Amino acid sequence: MRPIIAFIKKEFHHLLRDRQTLLILLGMPIVQIIIFGFALTNEVKNSRIAVMDLSKDVYSRSLLDQVEASRYFDIEREVNSYSELESAFRKGKIRMALVIPVNFEKDLEHQHRAAIQVIADASDPNVASTLTNYASAIVRDFQSGITDNKILPLTIQTELRMMYNPQLKGAYNFVPGVMAMVLMLVCTLMTAITVVREKERGTMEILLVSPMRPYTIMLAKAIPSLVLSIVNVASILLLSVFVLDVPVNGSLPLLLMESVLFTLTCLAFGLLISASTDSQQTAMFISLTGMFLPTLMLSGFMFPIENMPFPLQMVSNIVPAKWYYQVVKNVMIKGVGLEEVWKETLILGGMMVLLMALAIKKFKIRLA
Amino acid sequence: MQEGNVIEVEDLTKRFGDFTAVDKISFAVKQGEIFGFLGANGAGKTTAMRMLIGLSKPSSGEAKVAGFDVYRENEQIKNNIGYMSQKFSLYEDLTVKENIRFYAGIYGKSDQFIKEKTSIILKQLHMEEQANNLVVSLPLGWKQKLAFSVAVFHEPRIVFLDEPTGGVDPVTRREFWQMIYKAADKGITVFVTTHYMDEAEYCHRVSIMVDGRIEALDNPAALKKRFNARNMEEVFLKLARGAKRAE
Repeated sequence: MRPIIAFIKKEFHHLLRDRQTLLILLGMPIVQIIIFGFALTNEVKNSRIAVMDLSKDVYSRSLLDQVEASRYFDIEREVNSYSELESAFRKGKIRMALVIPVNFEKDLEHQHRAAIQVIADASDPNVASTLTNYASAIVRDFQSGITDNKILPLTIQTELRMMYNPQLKGAYNFVPGVMAMVLMLVCTLMTAITVVREKERGTMEILLVSPMRPYTIMLAKAIPSLVLSIVNVASILLLSVFVLDVPVNGSLPLLLMESVLFTLTCLAFGLLISASTDSQQTAMFISLTGMFLPTLMLSGFMFPIENMPFPLQMVSNIVPAKWYYQVVKNVMIKGVGLEEVWKETLILGGMMVLLMALAIKKFKIRLA
Repeated sequence: MQEGNVIEVEDLTKRFGDFTAVDKISFAVKQGEIFGFLGANGAGKTTAMRMLIGLSKPSSGEAKVAGFDVYRENEQIKNNIGYMSQKFSLYEDLTVKENIRFYAGIYGKSDQFIKEKTSIILKQLHMEEQANNLVVSLPLGWKQKLAFSVAVFHEPRIVFLDEPTGGVDPVTRREFWQMIYKAADKGITVFVTTHYMDEAEYCHRVSIMVDGRIEALDNPAALKKRFNARNMEEVFLKLARGAKRAE
């Protein structure tokens, strides 16, 4: 036991002495949560729009008041012609426009139907469709307001209920994503780099000549990353509960256990990388392309996996972060227990064992 | 294994594909001896040494280190040797004391042993005041002396030194060799590769490798006599002139 304790102590000396790196490793999750929580968001708020009200009657006024009152839209300007509208779109001043034709109120009153036009800047298709959805919803609201006291022949009301995330907060989606990303970065990158650094400095040879067994070296390298990861998980969870109001609905021990499992998988991957290369730069490059990009793109955090072409869906299955992300989402947001996520857990466990075995084998071969 | 020998090598060979880096070398080293392992760059001396310390597997031949077989008893060998590599091998972001503690720790030494011996060594090196300084702040000569002390800290039977004095000034080199003598006096066998020929004079016995083979092996005086040379430099040049491998 003595050798491994001496080794772990040494690793902590390295870690604590390099303040800059430590600050990055501990600060990264906090910065990411803050950036995702407050700056990067795909919720659409206060979009600038233009209105062209050619009717200027009571109904059109009250519809526009409702639009203005919603937190989604700011009426940037009122225009009187399509050419003005177009120029506003071109200059990027507005993202959407509402056109209310002449005789809006009259048409409603006499023909019981009127049309309004919604024009959106679809150069960003997601924002455009979100905005038009909001606009249609406001129009529907307005319509039910004015038909309150009139009986319509047939109506179907859709009642919407957003399960697990009634306020449609983006945080419910990105907190699990950030957890997967941070753990992956810290564990894979840090582990790979600390091992490769020993090779670069020439200290690895001394270690291999010493009676330390290769697996004890690997274990000693893994423990500081593991500790750091647990600290990071804790800080992410604290921030999400107390700052972003994202609750931990499921069992906290289960969530932590799954995080440790994912951490070990990433550690194993880092060790495998370090056994395959001798330079810190290469290790960093492999970690980023081999783990970071797939995590970002194929875990389902940024882009829904169901929408991907079939081959990519297949590829996403070998990305550990995909499974971890699903587990965290299910446990944290939906509050399910192990009986609902045992499959994902098993897959992660299998990946961990496989990667660890490969890493140990590769490490030994390098010794011969 | 013959009485008094700590290293015995018989026809030891290492091939990398078609290239024979070490070609059937045989020699023996006695307990407490300072054994110089000389050769031009590329002659195969580092490869030979790496086979003895278990970093590289021999292609054929026999070798015993501290009485243990290099093929089968690697772990026992590791417990009995110390090693100082060509590359500077201390952790620069750790303090002098932390380095000593770490290396002693991975050899499983007790806290008591480490504590007592650390203060002895710091005193010998006149580095008591630097004990808590980062190694990066020390001059190169000090680092090398400290690295040697660390390599013999766990009191191994044999210490392997791979060009330990590269880039060190002459005064420090002399001090370094005084440390080597002290270690040999205590019964530690010293196996040292070098390409400083004046250092070869300090060794009890010297082997000179050319193109993967040992071309000469004797004490410096006998070698000088045999090659009719004034110093080891001449001996070496006469032998190395026949080398076919480019540097």
